[in-house]
Amino acid sequence: MEFNYSEEQLALQETLQRFISRDYDFDKRRKFSASSLGYSAEAWTQYAELGLLSLPYPEEFGGLGGNAVDIMLVMEQFGQGLLLEPYLSTVVTCGGLIRDAAPTPMKQKMLPQIAAGELKLALAAYEAAGRYDLSYVGCTARESGGSWHLTGRKTVVLDGASADHYLVSARSSGGTGDRDGISLFLVPRDAKGLTVAAYPTQWGARAADLKLDEVTVGADALIGAPGRALPIIERAVDRANAALCAEAVGIINALNQATLNYLKTRKQFGVAIGTFQALKHKMADMLIAAEQSRSMAIIAAVHADSQDAAERHRAISAAKAYIGQAGRLVGQSAVQMHGGMGVVDELIVSHYFKRLTMIDLSLGDADYHLANFSDTLRQAVSSV
Amino acid sequence: MDLKYNPEEEKFRTEVRAFFDAELPTDIRTKLQLGRRISKEDMVRWQKILFRKGWGAVNWPKRFGGTGWDIVQQHIFEEERADACAPPQNPFSLKMLAPVMQTFGNAAQQEYFLPRILSGDDWWCQGYSEPGSGSDLASLRTSAVRQGDHYIVNGQKTWNTMGQYADWIFCLVRTSSEARPQQGISFLLIDMKSPGITVRPIIMLDGEHEINDIFFDNVKVPVQNLIGEENKGWTYAKFLLTHERSGNAGIGACKRALKKLKEIASEQTSNGRPLIEDSRFRDRIAQVEMELMALEITNLRVLSATAKAQGTLGPEVSVLKIKGSEIIQQLAELKMHALGHDALPYVREALEMGWAGNPLLSSHYRSYAPPISGQYFNQRKTTIYAGSTEIQKNIISQMILGL
Ligand SMILES: Cc1cc2nc3c(=O)[nH]c(=O)nc-3n(C[C@H](O)[C@H](O)[C@H](O)COP(=O)(O)OP(=O)(O)OC[C@H]3O[C@@H](n4cnc5c(N)ncnc54)[C@H](O)[C@@H]3O)c2cc1C
Repeated sequence: MEFNYSEEQLALQETLQRFISRDYDFDKRRKFSASSLGYSAEAWTQYAELGLLSLPYPEEFGGLGGNAVDIMLVMEQFGQGLLLEPYLSTVVTCGGLIRDAAPTPMKQKMLPQIAAGELKLALAAYEAAGRYDLSYVGCTARESGGSWHLTGRKTVVLDGASADHYLVSARSSGGTGDRDGISLFLVPRDAKGLTVAAYPTQWGARAADLKLDEVTVGADALIGAPGRALPIIERAVDRANAALCAEAVGIINALNQATLNYLKTRKQFGVAIGTFQALKHKMADMLIAAEQSRSMAIIAAVHADSQDAAERHRAISAAKAYIGQAGRLVGQSAVQMHGGMGVVDELIVSHYFKRLTMIDLSLGDADYHLANFSDTLRQAVSSV
Repeated sequence: MDLKYNPEEEKFRTEVRAFFDAELPTDIRTKLQLGRRISKEDMVRWQKILFRKGWGAVNWPKRFGGTGWDIVQQHIFEEERADACAPPQNPFSLKMLAPVMQTFGNAAQQEYFLPRILSGDDWWCQGYSEPGSGSDLASLRTSAVRQGDHYIVNGQKTWNTMGQYADWIFCLVRTSSEARPQQGISFLLIDMKSPGITVRPIIMLDGEHEINDIFFDNVKVPVQNLIGEENKGWTYAKFLLTHERSGNAGIGACKRALKKLKEIASEQTSNGRPLIEDSRFRDRIAQVEMELMALEITNLRVLSATAKAQGTLGPEVSVLKIKGSEIIQQLAELKMHALGHDALPYVREALEMGWAGNPLLSSHYRSYAPPISGQYFNQRKTTIYAGSTEIQKNIISQMILGL
């Protein structure tokens, strides 16, 4: 076992920390979030220059050949700095999916464009009535004359406002909740029949709902075999969840640091509030939660590239459920111990709290992932 | 022991309900149903309607123009109010200041201020907390120095809820620094139109303007505006806090939120099935409902024991405050979780009544989602204000348990 980062990884971490303190302080972030884009286009260019956008791709496609642990490290800094750019969707979720499952010509075309910062992607896989279930696909895909025609709706597409292309799941056969019969398509934003309703999110980035009305794409837009895309999508969402776990760990540590500072500096009754035992114990619980969450995030990262789908899914669901719960404890306690200062917009604390809350509600909340994990126990027992 | 309402109480409930059905303006009701913003004007309009009916102050004795209702009647009224989606009344004047004024104020103050509170003509806010004095309220520093017929007030109050609307503020001010901090505090009524007062908005984490900083720069306050005796303000302040906390249990609001939660959980689906059929989620609702069942009775037990003994409320209200705030927070959190993805968007325009909705957004989002995540964030305040949970537990352990 090896629990340390490599020299290169530490260097990357330092670069990001420097970037955040120089170019992405809380005031700047506020401005980026209030802009129409909802993030910083300049930062995106810098990520390209730093190699972040090509990090997880093989060298043959212009990538740096990084792994999920590298992504964990980057995402932790995204948490720490509350960065708003669509890194998760473009690089981790969709870029990773294209790397793993797209036909070679698509990889050759898209991965270098992503790396250069010229292309942004978003995954459109959820529908309103399906909650977090990726197999609930009512959006239809009909093949005729060598083309595919997509009709339906997709809900809360993360980073969907700025995406140039969407990866859209649609049903080419079977019934709405079936695992089989789901296909995946690359759909350009300007496709005829596609309407994008963009809006801000609770943490200040942008998302969108999509309406597809007989959107026509060619056979070359298909990713994976027709009707067999669910495992591909699940793998991408697992990887995204592992990344969200890392982002949450970054936030948890930032909140703990801010709260600890506050406990030492805020005085009431003539003493620092950190001298009250009730608060000391709460803070100790937060530290424990942070350590346990980091372990879970590591477990998730190490499994994110695994070929064993069941093992990967089980580990990442466990991590996302655990970190959802731990994040709730840390977020609520941090706000509580800041008193009135915890519920104001002016301090970064409430912004960490909101993002942490919304991470839990993204790509399956703690209950959803607990159910996933818990179901695997039943399968394990019945196979004994 | 009997937990059933008697026929008179049932009749009273019918009467209250009929009144809300007939008199609550539809536009105000709709705003509350949908969680849209309500304005000062809405709240004042509603206060005036209640006033005309003789129900302007449900917790006041008859001799001051109140209803003279007993604890159970007040409870029924509050339950029906929340269920009807009527706005709450201004608690600062009706539930906090008024009991203090009725107990410790002089006749002139009672005759001038109480009717104006009742009729909705004056809007009050509470000026207790300061940047350096939250939990440790007695350390407050805003000073009032006697000069002839006036006090000259200097300092800063903070977190003043709805202070941007206020005609008046009741303040704790320091009139002496000689003895223990508690002994140099006075209770002063200050006209918000006085020269030297500045109000600065504080935006909360849900993006809304609900609280303020209020600055006092050589503000002249007539000595007639002192409540009771100089340097005795701490006694009145504590009396007020007990009343404030007893109102924090918010059973009516919790019941309404529970109903809404069940509604959302029945409409939202998980893989095509209603979310309420998911036993993991349903158990979470059940858990809060059990807490609420208990709190409703605990609340009535505490309040009626006090009423029977004709005594004043004591440290037991801390139990009500802790539980009430936790339950309303849990309900807000579950509502948010019930929404799943729909909890993520933040469409600010959707908090306005006129919002026509974006037909492209999911139908749940259009019908009820907009306020719900914001409410979860906002409700974190309930375990902080009116004495934080930690402070309430200190009170229980010291004053009830003698630890
Ligand atoms: C939304 C909102 C509205 C408000 N409205 C009003 C209003 O209208 N008028 C008004 O006067 N005030 C109002 N308040 C102020 C409120 O009463 C104070 O926020 C509260 O008393 C806590 O004070 P503080 O914020 O300074 O936190 P602090 O007192 O600094 O507390 C910080 C943390 O330390 C803990 N702590 C403090 N002392 C102890 C102790 N002895 N033992 C254990 N833990 C301790 C607290 O529980 C808290 O977790 C409002 C507050 C909020 C958030």
